[in-house]
Amino acid sequence: MEVSMSVNRETRTSDVEPRTLLVHHIRDTLGLTGTNIGCDTSSCGACTIHVNGESVKSCTMLAVQADGTEITTIEGLAGDDGELHPMQAAFMECHGLQCGYCTPGMVMAATSLVSENPGGLDETAVRQGLEGNLCRCTGYHNIVKAVLSVGGMA
Amino acid sequence: MIPAAFDYTVADSADAAIAALAKHGDEAKLLAGGHSLIPLMRFRLAAPAMLVDIGRLDDLSYINDAGDHIAIGAMTKHRALETSDLLAAEAPLLRHVAGEVGDPSVRHCGTLGGSLAHGDPASDLPAALLASGGSLVIKGPNGERVLEAPDFFTGFLETALADDEMVTEIRVPKAGDIGWSYQKFNRRAQDWAIVGAAVMLGPDPKVALVNMGSAPMRHNGVESGLAGGAGLDAASVAGDDVDPPEDLNADAEYRKHLARVLVGRGIAEASG
Ligand SMILES: Cc1cc2nc3c(=O)[nH]c(=O)nc-3n(C[C@H](O)[C@H](O)[C@H](O)COP(=O)(O)OP(=O)(O)OC[C@H]3O[C@@H](n4cnc5c(N)ncnc54)[C@H](O)[C@@H]3O)c2cc1C
Ligand code: FES
Ligand code: FES
Repeated sequence: MEVSMSVNRETRTSDVEPRTLLVHHIRDTLGLTGTNIGCDTSSCGACTIHVNGESVKSCTMLAVQADGTEITTIEGLAGDDGELHPMQAAFMECHGLQCGYCTPGMVMAATSLVSENPGGLDETAVRQGLEGNLCRCTGYHNIVKAVLSVGGMA
Repeated sequence: MIPAAFDYTVADSADAAIAALAKHGDEAKLLAGGHSLIPLMRFRLAAPAMLVDIGRLDDLSYINDAGDHIAIGAMTKHRALETSDLLAAEAPLLRHVAGEVGDPSVRHCGTLGGSLAHGDPASDLPAALLASGGSLVIKGPNGERVLEAPDFFTGFLETALADDEMVTEIRVPKAGDIGWSYQKFNRRAQDWAIVGAAVMLGPDPKVALVNMGSAPMRHNGVESGLAGGAGLDAASVAGDDVDPPEDLNADAEYRKHLARVLVGRGIAEASG
């Protein structure tokens, strides 16, 4: 089946089997391997991307469901000139990553969370907002710090 | 894992979806947010031959004031429920419970209709609907019928829906200032409830339990205790007349204990 979606501001049209998971489409067909796969149970969030601006676990969506949508992956977050998105810069600054496996999903979930909370987030809201993203390295403290430095209460 | 192969069609109206269901019988399944069905298909616990995608039926995504009740389109996402001002004023239990489901990314996809139609006793929203005294509008080839929530949930992952029917609307009576509470017990953030309890007080008190039987359920014993003025003591029977599942998280005795504790906390909070 032919599907067409805007991926990181570029229209991408491909022929997919209906059973293709969106994450496989993004990684294998489109070659954007920044989006990771960390589990089989929709629980880790390593595959988190934005669909029409909202965080979604791309392992729990079919590519055909994304036909006509606007997708942003971690590769699309930095500016066209390569300047890091403020959330990416904050993760670097606050040491919000160690092995980095969870990081693309974590950053995508965090940017969605911040954009949904223009009034600013407190620490509890950040921790609850990132509930669906697991990190086995950092113990979360520096991730939370990074997100607060971008989207915390004024 | 990836799902077994299936045919896929996008429905452009509820009637088209129902026609597709009628044509393919029990081979076909509706696909709403996919956040229950796709995980099952990935584990090959479900392998429908045909998926009818209703995810684009935006006209079934609404939260409206309908006089004595709030009318909610079946395709309304958990995220829309948890941020609704109308629900905050008129059906705060449902709004709160929607925000307790999974994590934000799940709530961006999952729908109220899908959550109810899945008929999972471990789900949060069926308990909220049961405690709210809500009902469901069901549409099939021969028109619509309305079912009260207790008549909808018939067994483990089973509902009163026929193969060619779909849920189109959910109706929740306005709660006024009736006290309510939702108690969800789990060990880790984002997990499903090991046990949960939804409590609505008022003249006709209702108490619904999560994961305490094969289907989402109300607890008549607790409810009649509350109606008879037992107050907190009504919680003492929450572990009676139930047949909870057993798994790695909890055996039946522990679940019964949790039911008593959580119903007690729920009554206390709702009365506060
Ligand atoms: C990681 C994760 C964590 C979760 N945690 C929780 C949790 O804590 N609590 C909780 O309650 N849920 C949880 N869920 C489930 C989530 O709420 C689902 O979104 C919801 O149960 C199903 O809604 P859906 O729209 O995704 O339905 P789908 O998965 O699309 O469909 C589910 C079933 O309902 C049928 N169906 C869908 N819509 C209709 C309709 N309108 N009429 C008739 N039949 C229909 C489908 O055919 C299918 O059989 C979680 C899911 C995930 C992936
Ligand atoms: S790979 Fe998607 S949630 Fe783990
Ligand atoms: S940095 Fe290693 S999993 Fe998060």
